[in-house]
Amino acid sequence: MRHHQLWMLPEGIEDLLPAEAALLEEKRALLLSLFQRWGYDFVIPPLVEYADSLLLGSGRDVDLKSYKLVDQLTGRTMALRADMTPQMLRIDASLCSDDQRRVNRLCYFGSLLQTLADEHGGSRSPIQAGAEIFGQRSFYSDYEIIRLLVASLRTLGIEAFYLDLGHVGIFRALAQAIALSSDQESELFAALQRKSRPDIDVLLEQWQLEPQAATMILALIDLHGDIAVLNRAEQLLAPAGEAVIKAIHFLRRLAETLNGIDGVTLHVDLAELRGYHYHSDVVFAAYLSRNSGAGRAIALGGRYDAMGRQFGLERPATGFSLDMRTLLHHFTPQRGVAAQARTVIAPCGDAPDLLVAIDRLRAAGERVIQQLVKGEEMGDSPHQLQQQHGEWLLVSREANSITTTEVR
Amino acid sequence: MPLNGEGGERSELRLALSKGRIFDDTLPLLAHAGIYPLDDIDKSRKLILDTNLPEVKLVIIRATDVPTYVEYGAADLGVAGKDVLLEHGGEGLYEPLDLQIARCRLMVAGRKGDKTTPLNGGRLKIATKFVNSTRHYYASRRQQVEIIKLYGSMELAPLVGLADRIVDLVESGNTLKANGLEPLEHIMDISARLVVNKASMKMKHQKIRPLIARIAEAVALKQEQQR
Repeated sequence: MRHHQLWMLPEGIEDLLPAEAALLEEKRALLLSLFQRWGYDFVIPPLVEYADSLLLGSGRDVDLKSYKLVDQLTGRTMALRADMTPQMLRIDASLCSDDQRRVNRLCYFGSLLQTLADEHGGSRSPIQAGAEIFGQRSFYSDYEIIRLLVASLRTLGIEAFYLDLGHVGIFRALAQAIALSSDQESELFAALQRKSRPDIDVLLEQWQLEPQAATMILALIDLHGDIAVLNRAEQLLAPAGEAVIKAIHFLRRLAETLNGIDGVTLHVDLAELRGYHYHSDVVFAAYLSRNSGAGRAIALGGRYDAMGRQFGLERPATGFSLDMRTLLHHFTPQRGVAAQARTVIAPCGDAPDLLVAIDRLRAAGERVIQQLVKGEEMGDSPHQLQQQHGEWLLVSREANSITTTEVR
Repeated sequence: MPLNGEGGERSELRLALSKGRIFDDTLPLLAHAGIYPLDDIDKSRKLILDTNLPEVKLVIIRATDVPTYVEYGAADLGVAGKDVLLEHGGEGLYEPLDLQIARCRLMVAGRKGDKTTPLNGGRLKIATKFVNSTRHYYASRRQQVEIIKLYGSMELAPLVGLADRIVDLVESGNTLKANGLEPLEHIMDISARLVVNKASMKMKHQKIRPLIARIAEAVALKQEQQR
């Protein structure tokens, strides 16, 4: 193999170099501290688990996206996590074994590995931070999780963003009300994901649905925009029955309670069916208005009540995950910790008094780099550890002044 | 890490178009929406054309690149043939409108009178630029074929024995005829679609939706006139 090939990383796999790594670590600490203060317990699930449990209920996409290997001990197939939500479900199931009504608030931070990136050119090893509430179906559990998302983005220094709200229950109930077969449902689903009016026209012509049903499906394509969309939706989708209306009312209540949060622009999209295979009710996503061209959601979330059934548990669940790699692109790395901290240059040597002086500085929180050979070129640091008259002094040249501090 | 080139919010709308038929046929639709390019595409070598609306720019790129620009959000909207979208794999885009322009058919063609069938010839060799659509078409017919990816002049492949059939866009059928080929099977009708970046649709809906509505109106009007 040629040398230059040895330097290559696989497609969609990347390093985080010092500035970015420091930035990520800083953001991680901020987020985990926030989650902790909101009462969410931090857990660290393993990178690899049995495929059976990791892929439960998450559908074919996640199956295709997961790298698999055979466990030499048992012969069972293991999968590397391509999503952390199923792991949270499993952990929740083990934490509530004594009391199924117990509410668990969990949070996590970690890397995933995916055979295929979510988008063209996306990362195959996303880094996610997330929070989930298990065991509660109330309005205020979805409300809290969205408010935590807003607080998370604020903590990360993001002042303005778009929050997209949808409800997969609307399409599901509609499909049921007009008695679509499961093949029809998935064809319509694919066309709706692309808001492809021409493709949907073709499907409707093939299927010869009742005019009322066709009208509702066509209406769904255009039911996106500001909150006012929900009023139109209530009129247009009324014939689909109570489940649809209930979902619309839920979204309206949510939108009205969230409306007016500074810097948050709400967008409602009733044809947004991301994660349709495991989501059950409300779904939401956050997009950044800065660099809006980037076009990638930085956070995704929603309710997934039915997924826990796979573990033999009816556990309501709602949560979100933040795409930390995409988020990193929105920050300026210079603001990272490493770049901020000043560096003190100390001379080469092993003299006990020198080592004590260095230890003291480090203990006081200074970043000290000791020369590895005498007179090593270290770039221009205005902060030097110097010996004057037998005393070790921290000499700082800033602007036009020199300050000298005794190291003790 | 791309995409970091521009700081701050980009409030303008960028529409990606390819030179030639799509550009020429899209202009009247844009005119109906009150948008005219200020530069002459035939004279200017600029890749970003200004329009009479300061917040609307036209980006001129290759047809096959249009879905990529729009999916990455480098353009908010674009016009792309359904053939190009099928090759790109279109889950990452919205395609709200069939513009009914640049119409043609995606077809299987072969040498005139050639009766090669998979039964006596093993797997058919198919030369095409449209690998995904071809694979999908033969899969739906449960037929195993060998696909040979070419970038142009597909008509040559059966003549020189590179392939048994080609899958290509057919407009009048004259190029096929001139090369002793004939259309054999109709795969699908193709026309150009308006595509929209998913995030732009959500974040700039106040600008994009009226624009889509105006263009839809122009398409309907044109259909009406042609009837």
